[in-house]
Amino acid sequence: MKKTIRKIFDKKHISRTISYLVVIAGFVIIQLLMNTIGIKSLFRSLLVPTCCYIVVALALNLVVGVSGELSLGHSGFMAVGAFTGIIISGLLEPYLAINWLRLLIAMFVGGIMAGIVGLFISVPVLKLQGDYLAIVTLAFCQIIKSLLNNVYLGVDINGLHFSFVENRISLAQGGRMLLSGPMGAIAITRLATFTAGFLLILFTLLIIYNLTYSRFGRSIMAARDNRIAAESVGIHIRNTKMLAFVISAILAGMAGALFGLNYSTLQPAKFDFNLSILILVYVVLGGLGNMTGTIISTMILYALPELLRGLQDYRMLIYSIILILIMLVTNNQTLKEKTENLITKIKSRFLKKGSVAHD
Amino acid sequence: MAFLSYLINGMGLGSVYAIIALGYTMVYGIAKMLNFAHGDVIMIGAYTAFYCLTVFKFSTFTSILIAVLLCTVLGILIERFAYKPLRKASSLSVLITAIGVSYFLQNLAQILFGTNPKVFPELMRNSTFSLFDGQLTLSYKTLLTIIVCILIMILLTIFVNKTKTGKAMRACSQDKEAAQLMGINVDNTISITFALGSGLAAIAAVLLCMTYSTFTPTLGSMPGIKAFTAAVFGGIGSIPGAFVGGLLLGIIETLTKAYLSTQLSDAIVFMVLIIVLLIRPTGLLGKKVHEKV
Amino acid sequence: MKKIITLLLVSLLALSSLAGCNKPGEPEAKTIKIGLSGPLTGGAAIYGVAVKNGAELAIAEINAKGGLQLEINMQDDEADATKADTAYDFLLDWGMQVSMFTVTSGAGSGVAPRYDEDHIFALTPSGSAPALVYSDTKVYATTFQMCFSDPNQGVGSADYIKEHNLGTKVAIIYKSDCVYSTGITQKFVDRAAEIGLEIVFQGAFDDSSATDFTTQLQGAKAADADVMFLPIYYTPASSILKQAADMSYAPIFFGVDGMDGILTMDGFDTSLAEGVYLLTPFAADATDDATVHFVTEYQKAYGEIPNQFAADAYDVVYALYQALVAGGVTYDMTAQEIADILIEQFTTMTFDGVTGTSVTWAANGEVSKAPKAVIIRNGVYVNAE
Repeated sequence: MKKTIRKIFDKKHISRTISYLVVIAGFVIIQLLMNTIGIKSLFRSLLVPTCCYIVVALALNLVVGVSGELSLGHSGFMAVGAFTGIIISGLLEPYLAINWLRLLIAMFVGGIMAGIVGLFISVPVLKLQGDYLAIVTLAFCQIIKSLLNNVYLGVDINGLHFSFVENRISLAQGGRMLLSGPMGAIAITRLATFTAGFLLILFTLLIIYNLTYSRFGRSIMAARDNRIAAESVGIHIRNTKMLAFVISAILAGMAGALFGLNYSTLQPAKFDFNLSILILVYVVLGGLGNMTGTIISTMILYALPELLRGLQDYRMLIYSIILILIMLVTNNQTLKEKTENLITKIKSRFLKKGSVAHD
Repeated sequence: MAFLSYLINGMGLGSVYAIIALGYTMVYGIAKMLNFAHGDVIMIGAYTAFYCLTVFKFSTFTSILIAVLLCTVLGILIERFAYKPLRKASSLSVLITAIGVSYFLQNLAQILFGTNPKVFPELMRNSTFSLFDGQLTLSYKTLLTIIVCILIMILLTIFVNKTKTGKAMRACSQDKEAAQLMGINVDNTISITFALGSGLAAIAAVLLCMTYSTFTPTLGSMPGIKAFTAAVFGGIGSIPGAFVGGLLLGIIETLTKAYLSTQLSDAIVFMVLIIVLLIRPTGLLGKKVHEKV
Repeated sequence: MKKIITLLLVSLLALSSLAGCNKPGEPEAKTIKIGLSGPLTGGAAIYGVAVKNGAELAIAEINAKGGLQLEINMQDDEADATKADTAYDFLLDWGMQVSMFTVTSGAGSGVAPRYDEDHIFALTPSGSAPALVYSDTKVYATTFQMCFSDPNQGVGSADYIKEHNLGTKVAIIYKSDCVYSTGITQKFVDRAAEIGLEIVFQGAFDDSSATDFTTQLQGAKAADADVMFLPIYYTPASSILKQAADMSYAPIFFGVDGMDGILTMDGFDTSLAEGVYLLTPFAADATDDATVHFVTEYQKAYGEIPNQFAADAYDVVYALYQALVAGGVTYDMTAQEIADILIEQFTTMTFDGVTGTSVTWAANGEVSKAPKAVIIRNGVYVNAE
């Protein structure tokens, strides 16, 4: 028991503990607010997407931060997860009335499908390096979007109907379209809840931390920092990176399923290259490999354009300026030194006071 | 005959991609960064040329010249204020900043110029001619675009290989520190590269608008991504690579649209890109990087 | 570590600004709050801005009369369904009592079920997809349309081309990632098959290729098409006209309501649009009093000629006003009470506006306006009948 407690708070694991604490505290605070004074509908509607983006950002951080490969294709995995999830949930609806179970199954299948696509993509992708890898993930993301734009899927009493490029489906009475090409899925039953989002974040953290603090995590970071050295000590780089990539895809797919089931309409165009970029911004601003930072930066940056709503036309302009300034400030050497000096000064003053009190 | 005319149209489209791709490739070669804002410099070039032509009633040549100059200055300014402070930062930080600059330019243009699409004034009238007894109709614009592209390629190749500045650029792209030791002003060389790429963007803007006539503040984003793809396709960092990549991408895109599917053309173009990269992992004309042990 | 703590503090700050409760005892309302969302930024912003202008003009006029006072709040949704969802929540917080729904079909199909669930009345000026008023399984009770619906336009166009013998071989260029364009195209193709109209070429484009149409045009030309159906908005349509002229290809062009606005585009050479047919509920150069008044006032206020989006929005406000007054709605009513009144009003009343006269609504929310074909001659719309 003592050992576990020490393990939670020792230096090595403190960042992990903080991550969990931040997430749980956030959940508790929001739940309390919701049940006591109430929160604005706008804020409530941001909860589930924020959770989804946090999970995708964490998943992307596993690839970009931990594994060291730049992926611009995570919106594609989200899309696969989202539309799989929507289809599964739509198909199960007549047979399974328990919403949370249907959501769980949809997320599970969505994750698996995204994982399969991720596995398929990772074979060619991981043959490449650096920016070439980035462009290929981007290309896959475009391909996925483009293909989804051409899929028509309907269900009626005779079963499933599928058609590609052109919609040739004519449904029997009582049938309905699950996917209609560029129009996407319409009239989805909204299943997503904030609690589900919260649990998914915890699940994601659990997976990512267990991976990074394991033998696998050490080998993948070794491969990131020095490929050749890692290879020479017998680490199979391709397999390690592939595992990280596929797990990341699965998590992104699960988040996608949750995301898809949070809206009543979803179009493939939503999951474009810009979404991948958006998530990448969350990851970079939160800090590569820093999971707590990713969570917090996603929360702030996702909410920011919504908070700026009052400024109307200028909101995206201000958002972009903030983005540039953050990058300039956080990478400014003199400023960095100054803040560090300031922090150490404050720290020493507080410590002094503390020691005086002890005396 | 239809095939030939598709092919030539594809070359026209590809030439524009190639000119834009040059901006990506030169900047990448020297600064090792993906300048995501490049597409939006094109857009600024288009608006500049548009206002010069319609509001100030300048001649075509003056308008293009002003657009080129303005984009050049813009390129230098962006480099100075957004990218230079980050020269020692991680490549991802620079990428995010470039995205920020791209958002900034796009949204600024929306506020300054409005979101209504503008129609670019006609620069060439009666612009088609027929060959082979009218079986093949071609437009002068397409030919002009291809010729301009080839001209730019030739001039640029001479510039990079023969002039002092060009040699400095090549030196910087190989080894910045060594270049500095040889007395090359690295900062200036990088600025010149940005200036050159942005100036070319203005020319691409005029060519784009001439053919497609309407444009909005989002004009640059899609050609930007395509040209970026073209740059990678040909081997990023390589100037002939940008030319070959751009041209091939344009031709593939046009031919898939014509013979396979208009809906799936994007998917097919990117599929081809992936296959090429699998066979040649550094693009068609890219240099193979040897790992140092 | 320090970074984390700072970030945490900032996030707490952000959190506290978002949380809040609906304070009881708010000052007594003196307006009817009308909410809507539309693209104010991004590629489709032109439609959002036109709707905003049209609606604000109508509201200024109505409020100047001194009777029932209206207040409008338009949120940006970038024509995106998920952003429209967020905008909807923002409007709920603001206290929206009646809605003008969304400007675009894509965004509207996402929030339509929510308007239905929350029972808030919504009348869209320009969201023409059927998905805004009913789905495969149910009719949304509270959502209504001011513009005619997509299927209506597809069928109307096919019938018109056939009846007036405009041509025998039809080519279509449509936008494959647009609900509006694919919706009309599908109905057009179905109808063409029914009435024996031959479609020789179908070419698609999407957002990423919305400027280069030479390939599609060459395909249509190679197929000898003599009529080209363009169920798209006027921006790509203007490029198509231009590029067709560049390659000396001159079929009869037939557009739908999205083609409206092409003549007022900045710098567009209107001679290119000579002989183009289109369907529109609104012609800015009509000479009836209502239109003349609207166009002059609009020009005074915004310095440009209104397109049909502005006209539809102007009509939406007046239709809402008419129903609100007729139903005896007061400022303190809830959105749900108002919805019940308005549903009854809209299914029974007739409305005269700049986009149509004697307009009525069906119970499912569709408007009775019939698509009207006009042809462009010497840079103006001429009735094509």
